Amino acid sequence: MSAEPTPTPTPATTGGAVADAQGDVLRVEHISKRFGPVRALHDVNLHVGKGEVLGLLGDNGAGKSTLIKIICGFQPPSSGKIILEGKEVSFRTVDEARAAGIDTVYQDLALINELTVYQNMFLNRERTRFRLLSNRSMKRTTQEQLDRIGVNIPSVDAAVAQLSGGQRQAIAVARAVTSNAKVLLLDEPLAAMGAKEGAMILELVKDLKRQGEVSMILIMHNYGQALEVCDRINLLQHGEITFDKMAGDTSITELNDIVIEEYRRALQERQQQEGQQAS
Amino acid sequence: MSDVTERTPKTASPPPPAGGAPGPLRAGLGVLARQREATVFVVALVLVLYFGIRYNSTFVSSTNLSNLLSETAAPIIIIACGEVFLLICGEIDLSVGFVYMFAPFLMHYLVDFYGVPVYPAIILSLAFGLVAGWANGFLTVTMGLPSFITTLGTGFILWGLTLTTSHAYPATIAPSEIGPGRWIGAAPWSQFIWAVCIAAFFFVLLNRTRWGLYTIATGGNQLGAREAGIKTGRIKYGAFMMTAVLGALCGLQNAFYTNTIDPSAGGYQPMFYAVTAAVIGGTAMLGGSGTILGAFLGSIVLATLINGLNVAGISANPLNIVFGAAILLSMIANVRLARLRASGRN
Repeated sequence: MSAEPTPTPTPATTGGAVADAQGDVLRVEHISKRFGPVRALHDVNLHVGKGEVLGLLGDNGAGKSTLIKIICGFQPPSSGKIILEGKEVSFRTVDEARAAGIDTVYQDLALINELTVYQNMFLNRERTRFRLLSNRSMKRTTQEQLDRIGVNIPSVDAAVAQLSGGQRQAIAVARAVTSNAKVLLLDEPLAAMGAKEGAMILELVKDLKRQGEVSMILIMHNYGQALEVCDRINLLQHGEITFDKMAGDTSITELNDIVIEEYRRALQERQQQEGQQAS
Repeated sequence: MSDVTERTPKTASPPPPAGGAPGPLRAGLGVLARQREATVFVVALVLVLYFGIRYNSTFVSSTNLSNLLSETAAPIIIIACGEVFLLICGEIDLSVGFVYMFAPFLMHYLVDFYGVPVYPAIILSLAFGLVAGWANGFLTVTMGLPSFITTLGTGFILWGLTLTTSHAYPATIAPSEIGPGRWIGAAPWSQFIWAVCIAAFFFVLLNRTRWGLYTIATGGNQLGAREAGIKTGRIKYGAFMMTAVLGALCGLQNAFYTNTIDPSAGGYQPMFYAVTAAVIGGTAMLGGSGTILGAFLGSIVLATLINGLNVAGISANPLNIVFGAAILLSMIANVRLARLRASGRN
């Protein structure tokens, strides 16, 4: 296992996570998940340190999104445990995970097109007064938070449907960041995004990394981008973590070779099966 | 901090003032035009003005206005409030008219056959609405049936229950029920006052509370809402239960107003009127958006048509042809005006 990275200490604006004896904020130990006969995850172990950005790579169907959904409390694991700040935790709902400091930006962003930017930013943690929504206060705070992390949108009153893909992603990330998350899970934050918009999100992640308070797990497909922004890379194959290296100790070529090898093996297995069926 | 900037999308930019500095009138019209209820408001206004001017003496009389607003519009408004919440969630309740039908019979059975005092009997009849709504929620949310089929089924059951228990005969309002009945629905304007209060409550519920926000989130993006931790099932259960209670209230009101408990009252008509009013008012049939004010105005449009065509003396047989065509024309006007509004904004 590689040594933990040492993020540059900066004044805390969010988070305030406590690392355990091994220096990790989050540890996932021996997580398995089955959906009936399908084995989605098998004995997965991963860990992420304070302020560390962990890139989780893997083929489609490798189990990345399932792993994220287990960590964030959306679905329970079949077995295994999650340790947050040195204590074992078990989340029955997304709310419980969020209250504990684990927030998620899903692949589909979980934004509600029909609601405005500020309503999405405060979704499920609205401010109320006498049970009525304090819209003015939420708008003001949203504007301040977006200004602080450098996201520029036309108006906090605009419906999210009116925003561009990059702006929507930025809102989803900002929502998670401003919830005082200790661990942020980002499921393909650059999916279906142009180069310019992707760069905006990568900048946002780098900013958070510089602040060093939030630990992040990023699911990514583009190895170049992953190596650029992540401290460490884990590779998930067929529901198992098969690779764990610091980003500086690996390369696009090495990651490509692993994937090409996987394809080659899959192709061979298929040819063998076809041969058996023919005979 | 990073230099994260994005170009402002065209659609979100404020509309440029047309022709110099806006005066107070222009500004007022601008504010009105930006409201999505503006189009149905214009339609309602045109209808009221048409019937008001054309049939002045009969249409604008106090008795006719009470008929229009209290007898005709009020039940549409009240049921539409519930249907708006359901439609926003992406669901519908076809059974609400049969809760309307059964609730007054339940009150009658409790008072006359079981000796239950009037007020508890009224409360139990309204509570029956909660049970019926819960059953719709259970079958739709928990069992996974489409609400169209769920409520079609429960509607038939309630219909059959009413006809079987009443032997399809009407019942009279007991003397002990007349007093409470006055403020619930028998007094001339009581139904409309109820309707305004209920619409105001649901307006606040939809626009200023978490429940309203979560209702829009549930209909707009159910998976996203669940991922954000919103209990979308609970929101839908709530919408079904609210709608059915409102149906029960309207049934009781109608019984008190007509002084009879009629097994042919209710049915599909109040429900279809309410859904039509909601949609004319700007509520999306596929979920995600809706407006109580729009449903209120949509109910006024429908009630004005029903009442106005009556005042105009159109005989019963061709009335439905005219009514159906008028609904379509109102909706076409609404859609065209909404498009104009959208293009003006962009």
